[in-house]
Parts: sequence; C-alpha cells; structure tokens
Amino acid sequence: MALPPPDPQFVLRGTSAPVHTLHFSCGDPEPDIPLLFSGSENGFIHVWNLKTHRVDTALDGHGRKSVYCVETMGGKDRLLSQGRDQRICLWDLAEGRTSVTDSVFTEHVGFCRCSLLKVAQGRWLMAMAARNLEEVQILELPSKTSVCTLQPEVGAKLGMPMCLKLWQLSCGSQPVLLAGYEDGSVVLWNVSMGKALSQLICHQEPVMSLDFDSEKAKGISGSSEKVLSIWSLNEQQNLQVYTTHELVNAGISDITIRPDKKILATAGWDHRIRIFGWKKLKPLAVLDYHTATVHCVSFSDHSSPRERLLAAGSKDQRISVWSIYAQT
Amino acid sequence: VYFIPGGLDCSISFVSHVLGKVCIHGRQKEILGVLVPRLTDLTKSDCIWQRICWRLVECVPDRWMEAVVLGFVQRAPGADVLSRLLGNLVVKNRKAQFVVTQKMLLLQYGHTTAVLQNLLGYLSLDSVRRTLLLRVLQELLETWSSSSAVKHSPAEQQLYISKAILICLSHLKEPEIERCRQELLTSMMEGVKCHLDSSLPQLRRLGMVVAEAISLKINTEGPVLKFEYEEEDETRELKSLLVQTPSFCVVPSLPDDDRSEKAGTALPLVLESSEQSHTAAPVMPDDESDAELDSDDDLIPYDMSEDKELKIKAPVYIRDCIEVLTGSRAEDVDKWEAAVKTLESLVRKNPAATREVSVELAKILLHLEEKTCIEGFVELRQRAQVAVLTTDPIPVAKYLTSQFYSLNYSLRQRIDILDVLVLAAQELSCPKFHGKTKHSGAQKPCIQLLPGSDSSKDWRRIVDERIKSKTRRFDMGQSRVELASRPNEFNSVAGYFFFPLIQHFDRPLTTFDLLGEDHLVLGRLVHTLAVLMYLAANTVAVTAMGKALLEFVWALRFHTDSSVRQGLLSCISSLLLSVPMERILADMTEELLETQSWLGDVMEKDPDGDCRRLALQNLLLMENLKKKLEAVPS
Repeated sequence: MALPPPDPQFVLRGTSAPVHTLHFSCGDPEPDIPLLFSGSENGFIHVWNLKTHRVDTALDGHGRKSVYCVETMGGKDRLLSQGRDQRICLWDLAEGRTSVTDSVFTEHVGFCRCSLLKVAQGRWLMAMAARNLEEVQILELPSKTSVCTLQPEVGAKLGMPMCLKLWQLSCGSQPVLLAGYEDGSVVLWNVSMGKALSQLICHQEPVMSLDFDSEKAKGISGSSEKVLSIWSLNEQQNLQVYTTHELVNAGISDITIRPDKKILATAGWDHRIRIFGWKKLKPLAVLDYHTATVHCVSFSDHSSPRERLLAAGSKDQRISVWSIYAQT
Repeated sequence: VYFIPGGLDCSISFVSHVLGKVCIHGRQKEILGVLVPRLTDLTKSDCIWQRICWRLVECVPDRWMEAVVLGFVQRAPGADVLSRLLGNLVVKNRKAQFVVTQKMLLLQYGHTTAVLQNLLGYLSLDSVRRTLLLRVLQELLETWSSSSAVKHSPAEQQLYISKAILICLSHLKEPEIERCRQELLTSMMEGVKCHLDSSLPQLRRLGMVVAEAISLKINTEGPVLKFEYEEEDETRELKSLLVQTPSFCVVPSLPDDDRSEKAGTALPLVLESSEQSHTAAPVMPDDESDAELDSDDDLIPYDMSEDKELKIKAPVYIRDCIEVLTGSRAEDVDKWEAAVKTLESLVRKNPAATREVSVELAKILLHLEEKTCIEGFVELRQRAQVAVLTTDPIPVAKYLTSQFYSLNYSLRQRIDILDVLVLAAQELSCPKFHGKTKHSGAQKPCIQLLPGSDSSKDWRRIVDERIKSKTRRFDMGQSRVELASRPNEFNSVAGYFFFPLIQHFDRPLTTFDLLGEDHLVLGRLVHTLAVLMYLAANTVAVTAMGKALLEFVWALRFHTDSSVRQGLLSCISSLLLSVPMERILADMTEELLETQSWLGDVMEKDPDGDCRRLALQNLLLMENLKKKLEAVPS
C-alpha cells in the first residue's frame, strides 16, 4: 500500500508576488546559515533564512520588473540576477552589503534564463540570450568580455532560445552549450568554435526547460505539451532521442535534476510538482500543494544528504519546501 | 445503296437534296444511322470518298443545312470522324458556320458532352478551322463573364457553357494561349465576380471550377488560382474535360494530364521547414531483461492515485456565467471557455432563473465573439441562444426581431437571428411527423423532448392506469404506440416570431437594405418565414399569418434573385399546408386567385428550373386541397 505523498516541510510566505526563480545556498558549514534566494514578479530578490524561515534581506535592483533568474557565483556573497528590465546584475552581499557591483545590459526582451559555468577560479562563462532573435551570447565574467556569439544558420527558423545550459565534461575540457529553442529543438553548440554540433527536434511546442546530466550524457526537456523528452549524447557528440514520457496534464515550466543524479523534479502548469527517478524515469511522487502554476523547482546543495531539500515557487506567491527521498 | 460508277463524273447534288429533305422532315436518325457508319468506313483511308462526302454535304441547300449538320454532329462517333465527313464545311458554308459556332453552343444547351467534344474537337483539328475555335472561345467567355447572363440564364445552360469553355481550353495550344492571355485573364476576373455573387451554390461552384481551369492554362508556372469547394460529381466531370484523350498520338497530351492532375490535388502552400533538422531514430531504452542493478529500486514511489487531469470548474449559476462572459479580465480565459460550454445546459436546467435574465442573456449571446479557439463555438452559441429563446419566448423574440432590423449588425448576426428563431420554433412546436425542413440552414438534428415533470401529467397517468386495470378487455386489438403529446407551446408565441420579421422589410437602413444589396439576407428571411408558417400549423394565429404572408409574397414576386423566388414559392407551399383550406377560401379568395395566376406564369416563364417545379407543385397542391374540401360532406 503506497504511502500518500508527504506534505511540505515548511512554506515560505511573504513575497507578495508570484515567484519565478529559486536558488539554494546551503553548502557552507556551520555556523553559516543556509539560505534560499528567490526572485519575484515585483522585482524583489528575497534572501530567506532557512533556520528562521523569514526574509533576511530584500534586494531591489531591477526597477520593479520581474526577476526570472537568480544564481550564486561561488558562495552566497556573490549573486547574479536577471530581470525583465533587460539587465543582468551582479551583487556583492558580503558582510551585510546589498549593492550591485556590475550589470550587463542584455537587450533581451524574452524570458530565457542565463546559464553560468565556472571555468576557473574567479572566472565564469555565462550564456545568455541577446538582442537578435535567435542569438545566444557567451560572456566571460567578471570581465564581461564576449567569448563568442552563437547564431543558427540563416533559414533555420529555430525561434527564440528558451532555455540554456552550459556544461563541460570535466574541469578543463571544452565548454559546451545546450540550448532549447522555440520550435521545439535542442541544439548542442561548441562554445570555443562557435558552431553547432548537433540538433534534435524534441518537441512540437517550444522547449520550456531542460537539464543535463554530464556523467551519463543524458538530458531531459519539457515543453508546453504533455510530453517529457529524454535524449542522450553519443560519442560523436550527436543528440539522439532516448525515450519520452507522457504526462497527465500539459505544460512544464521547469525541470531540475538533483545533484546526486538520483531523482529529478518537474514544475507543472497543473499546479503539481512531479518527482521521477532519473535512471528510468520512474514516476515517484506527485506533490500537490500549490493552487496556481508552479514556476520553478530547485534542489538544495546541502553537503549532508539527510538535510537535502526541494523548493518550489509558484504563481500563488508561496514557496513550498519539501524533504523528499532524502534518506538515499 | 451506294455504287461507284467507276471514273464517271457524276453529280451528287441530287443525293444531297434527298438527304436534306429527309433530315428536315425529322428523319435524321434513320437515314444518318445508316449513312454515317458507312461513310465512316469508306472515308477512313480513301481520299476520294472523303471528297465525295464533302461534296455531298456542301451541296445540301441552305434551308436544310442546319438539320443535316446537326445530325452529323450528333451522330459522328468522334471529332476526327466528323472532320473526315464534313471537311471544311464550316469555313465554306455560312449557314453551317452559324449552326456550329453560334446556334449549337450559345442558343441551344441540350446537347450532351460527347456532342460538345465532337464539335469542338472538329474545330480544332484543322488549322483553318482553329480561328473559328478561338472565336468560339471568345464568345463563350463573353457569355460566361456577363453578369446578366449569370443572373438570368438557367443553370443547365450555364453548365453547358462552362463545359464548352473547358473543352475549348483543353484544345488550345501554347502560342494561341500566349496571344489571348490578356483577354482570358480579363474575362476570368469578371466572370468569377459574377459567379461568386450568385446565391445558388451550384453557380458559384461552376464559376470556381472554370476560373481555376483558366488560371491553370494561363499561368503554367507559379501559383495558380485555387478555390475551396466540395468535390462533387459535377465538378469532377468538369475537371476531367480538361484532359484530352485524342484517339491518336497520345504523347503531346501528357503534359496536359499532369497539369490537370495537379489542379485536382491541393498544392501544399506551407513550405516544409524541417528539412534542416534530422530526427534520428530513437534509441530504445534498455529492457528490463538487463541485469543491471538499479539503485532506483531503493526509491519507493508514493501514492499517485490523486493525480488526475486538471479540470476547470465551470460556473454553476447562470448569473455567474453572465459575469464570466461579460468580464474582460484576461486571466479568466479558462473560465470563459467553461462557461460557454455549460451555458446551454444551465439554461435548460434553471428555467425560472433564466427568465429573470433572459433578454440580457440573449443580448450577450448575440454579441458573443470567440475569445479563444473552442471547437464548435458557433454551435455552442447557437444552442445556448435557442435554449434561452425557448425558455422565455416572448421577451426574447421581441428583442431578437427588433435587433434584426437595427443598425450596425453584421450579416452573419442577422442570419444567426433567423436561424435561432427557426430552431426555437421547431422545438416549441415539435411536429409529430418528420417534417421536411425547407430551410437549408436548419439541418441540425431535432432537439429532444424535455421530460414533463409537472404533476398534472402524473395524475393523468395514474387515472389511466386505474381505468386500465378496472376495465375488462374483450378484444385487444392492434397495439399502437401512442406518441407522447404535449401542448403546442408555439401557439402562444407564433405571432411574436412572425409578424415583427415581416414588418420592416421595405424600410432600408444605412447599413442594411433588404431590397437592395442584401438580397442574400432577404432570401434567408423568406425561407425563415416559410418555415415559421409551416410550423404554425394548428395555431390560432395561422390565418392572420397566412394573410400577411400572401401580401408579402405578392409584393416581392418579381424579385430578380432566384433563391428569393424559390423562398417565396415555398412560403406559398407552407401556407397551403398550414392554413386550413376553408379559411383560405373564406378570407383570401381574391388573393388566392391572383396567386394562382401568378403561379401559372412562373411555371411557364421563369428561367429557373427549381422555381418552375415549385410553382407546379403549388398549383397541384391547391387543386388537391380544393378537391379534398369539396369531397368532404358538409
């Protein structure tokens, strides 16, 4: 007899706006407090204290325009946020400061979240959608120099880039970018050479979100239709469809794979969070708490497995935090 | 019969005279039945016999030429045979030319397609005659593209002319098309306009098929004209005429075949945009037979039985529906869709609540536009309107009929009003026999009877059962299924549906002129009135309605649009069927006599075949009803 799905461990309220992005920063050992960063539609970035479950700081840097991407750069003192004011802001949060140290004007009017990859100590690569419709720009941070511009060939009709993921097989190897586009295809780009290695049509509708497991060379993408698509990368750097999974209700806003590559979570337009096993995409749980579309899901980076958490932010202005499958 | 006096010069003119005389007396079939096959054989390879044959027909006197030529054209088994038999008669003899190029094509229209093929093929087979072919094509196109011809000539004649045009086009060669490309284009544009203006669907289809064919011929590369219409036997037959199957030398016609085949299949207009990406074959995941130990087995799934499809809750109260439908908030789109889908059932389940807001609902539904893409939106809206109208007939009918004649409605909305009135009347009156709905629009299935739930029926049932159980039956007799009867609800409201529609038909508004441009709506209005009249049988108001309808018909009887005239004639039929004959004879004698003479006129002189048929039916109906009345002993 299967157990009923668990309730959230706790629920964070107080954003007073739909939550679009979440990011944990719990890796530091005691006495540092585990934190959760959330970006909302009213332009605020809230820093939640996961011990007291209250907002420690509220950052206002995007002119009250929606913040749809939040990432930390090597620790909780440096934050990157992307908003609908067409800017990416870099924050310095050390020692209680809340100032924007730098910003990049992307001129991108869509919703494509940028992707960060640490390539060396103090150096990151950032992939972001740029001003031209089908273009993706790679910048190096913090110098903000452009590494390359990835442009599909003329007549490819891929549409806007919808989601990006920069990764490299191991430290020091070539960085590669996976980009999901409006026409439903996923393209693998070689960043240093600036050209596409492989393209795969995964969906009939725009790719809403994707995530990739570099160890197994397998990735998963979700779109506005009822299908999840799992694809793999073979030795020739070609993308191939591995399998598909049909969902009960259409629409996925976000997918994320847990850092230990055991489970993954999807945020659905049907207000539900679904947990699957990553190996075979076995459905494990359906977490039905929210009363509106779930916009984002994120796993925590706790060093101790038992403390691991899953957070989900929704249009109903609440962030639910769950502890699920933490024992394995 | 025939013997060749070897080498002697003889005059065949006597034979021609005989032939002509026989033909003019109407014996074409007999004599040509023997003559033509003989001549066909003889002229097959023998030049002399060909010349003899030509001489034969050339010598026929002019006054008998028509009969002879007509006979030959009809009897000849093919265009090439005709060419051998007649030679260049059409060029040499003026009368023959007139018959072939004018009379048979433009003035008569009873000949079969095979005859047309013969005739036009004959014209195309010789270079001297081809100029005639081009001239013929020009004249045919002139007729085809003239708006008065389209309006006033019968449908059969227009079909005949269209066939002739298509066959001519199939015979044309490239250089000739080049020369007259501009004229073809102009006539096509004009002709298409007149044909699409017509209210008869058959004529519209004819226009579309011919226009497509012309466009195909003049633009051999590049996009061609493509209309959307239902494929029918007629259109398929017409399209097959474009393909030439000559009895010899098949090769040059192959390109024609290809082109006409392409005309038949739809051209893909959307370019394939996925040539670039390759969809690689999916790699099947490893089967369960794989012995790899799965750490996933440690993860026990939770109970997911609650995971079902997300359904948007539809509003349960009518006032909620109204709020949702009139609300302008963009987020409530899902609710709006749900409201539209459930409105009809809500209205029918809550008649009392509906009556409170009936006119408001009618207004909202009349102006409701499709916000999102729902399947069957038009039908959903119409059914909701019918439900509202049947629940509260009088105020809603008053509203709808007043809006029919108001400013600033689209034609679609006005026709919607008419459709809804008819469907609601049908439901309210619920005829017991499968009525023939004359209104072409009301093809929807009959709306089912609502179960009677008031107690008045119950007591009757109880009493019946008691009587049944108490009476002794001596003879069972044939058991007949009694049709459930209920009071005719249309009785009290028929007038409200009917009279306001008739009232203002001759008063033009700035945006709506029934007697002028909007004759399409007039046609629909007349058909609606016919149906309402028919459904009003056995109501109290039927005589008054009949009288008003007769006057209406009288005023419009000379309308130029044939679908309006057909509607008027079906009005008369409904009238005769619904109003009891005694009342007609008592109250409307003079009008009846006038109508009778008008019907006789229509039957003889109206160009449209359907009108003539309907007029005849009406006259017969009148006679039958009168006889029945006289037969009943008073």
